[in-house]
Amino acid sequence: MLIVNRLTKTFGGLTAVSNVDLEIKEGELIGLIGPNGAGKTTVFNLLTGVYLPSSGEMAFEGKSLARLKPYQITARGVSRTFQNIRLFSTMTVLDNVKVAYHWHDRYSVANAFLRLPGYFRGEKKTTRAAMELLEVFGLAQKAEELAKNLPYGEQRHLEIARALAANPRLLLLDEPAAGMNPQETQELMDLIAQIRQQFNLTILLIEHDMSLVMKICERIYVLDYGKVIAEGVPAEIKQNPRVIEAYLGREA
Amino acid sequence: MKALGLKKNLAITAVLVALYFAIAYAIKINLINPFQQVNLIWMGINIILAVSLNVIVGFTGQLALGHAGFMAIGAYVSTVLTMNMGLPFFFAIVLGALAACFVGLLIGLPTLRLRGDYLAIATLGFGEIIRGLLVNIDYVGGAAGINGIPKLTNWPWLFAFTVASVLLIKNFIDSTHGRACIAIRENEIAADVMGINTTRYKVMAFSVGAFFAGIAGGLYAHYFYLIRPATFTFMRSFDALVMVVFGGLGSITGSVIAAAAVTILNATLQSLGAIRMVIYAALLVVVMIFRPQGLLGTKEFTLRTLLGKKEGVGKDAYRKQAD
Repeated sequence: MLIVNRLTKTFGGLTAVSNVDLEIKEGELIGLIGPNGAGKTTVFNLLTGVYLPSSGEMAFEGKSLARLKPYQITARGVSRTFQNIRLFSTMTVLDNVKVAYHWHDRYSVANAFLRLPGYFRGEKKTTRAAMELLEVFGLAQKAEELAKNLPYGEQRHLEIARALAANPRLLLLDEPAAGMNPQETQELMDLIAQIRQQFNLTILLIEHDMSLVMKICERIYVLDYGKVIAEGVPAEIKQNPRVIEAYLGREA
Repeated sequence: MKALGLKKNLAITAVLVALYFAIAYAIKINLINPFQQVNLIWMGINIILAVSLNVIVGFTGQLALGHAGFMAIGAYVSTVLTMNMGLPFFFAIVLGALAACFVGLLIGLPTLRLRGDYLAIATLGFGEIIRGLLVNIDYVGGAAGINGIPKLTNWPWLFAFTVASVLLIKNFIDSTHGRACIAIRENEIAADVMGINTTRYKVMAFSVGAFFAGIAGGLYAHYFYLIRPATFTFMRSFDALVMVVFGGLGSITGSVIAAAAVTILNATLQSLGAIRMVIYAALLVVVMIFRPQGLLGTKEFTLRTLLGKKEGVGKDAYRKQAD
């Protein structure tokens, strides 16, 4: 589904991501781990068009993503959340989700200006769909609250809901459990499993919480200093000396 | 819910109709004398300018300082159309606005790739270019401008254009397209990643703002007899920006109230001469210290807030919207 070939990104003299190869098959749940500063989020930014790659190729369902703008990549069926939450903070929870419907489900500008029947039909349809999605995340009660007033954990959930509203086939989750306690992390894992089924998703996820990664990911890529140093099923990764070294350092 | 929405619309319509006839009557019995009428016209023009600039600056978050340029295009094009081509007033105004909108599109495409202060400077430069061009076009009188413009702007036209402008802008903002603009203001990267073509929507907001600024320009030209390039300096753009900030970036009703308040303030302080600008500036400083988000922030002034009712929160509010 997603094939990344020798993807490289340099910022001036710094190589943040170097010759990264990834391959994700439809329906998989893949983890991307690595120490701080390993380049995980940069990979996400490259995959979603926030950064342009310096070299290398990435293809989603057989079509290249390399020179596309973020909104064009979204239209191909890739959506994401952000590590540092990027909600539309002074918009309501409901409107945050509705924004993501815009690209695939909207009425014309004339309908908007003149409030023609298309406007009412379109708004009703989007509102209904957005509320159903919020229901899945337990946020329906808070639909009219401003996103910035939600507690932290719910803001993370809203980010996922918004990403789903963009109708992706591949969902990229950037540290969804960051800052959550073990119980919240457990709930999040159940939620990820549920939406994966319900929305037929392929998921690539960055995470620091090893228990989460090891439990739910089918395969894991390990990144260190911008390079993939290991790849395999969780059991293999746990044993891999290079991974242990990257995380814990070499014995003196 | 539909009944409630209808009730609200009826209430607003009733208020507007009452306002229209009250002022028409006041003009007729000379309660509003010709001098005060000038301020009335200014109020309408300022409301259109402020609300249209708010689409760009307040809702889409793009600091543009060339609004007077669009106003100038609307004024000149509509004037040429009524005076030289003999077009009816209404069509001349709309075509003038379309011309401003078109120029907004042309200017927007290259400049809206810039951000923040760069965009501000670029649009400022654009406003000055328009003025410079007008000075050098003899067909429109060069620096002397055009005079003897027929006085076609009257209370009914002003009222109709002002109300229509505010309503159309409100409809735009409350739609999926308006949400796309607000999302850009809130977080441009997230908006882009959520599938919004950010350049397209910035240009759209810019052209929508330009269109209505063009209407304001047309109304101005057909009331004040004379237009010159010097009428549309940077100070005019700045005035509009002050009203937008004063009322609240991202509040339509805020812009309307601020535009009306600033117009009245200007008129009242007129007799004070030079000290007027000092008082005006001091008031702005005070507002910015005590209410940096503007009078209304991003909120809207509604009948609900007037009656002191709490806005519905949660599921019920949604049900009202969805049913």
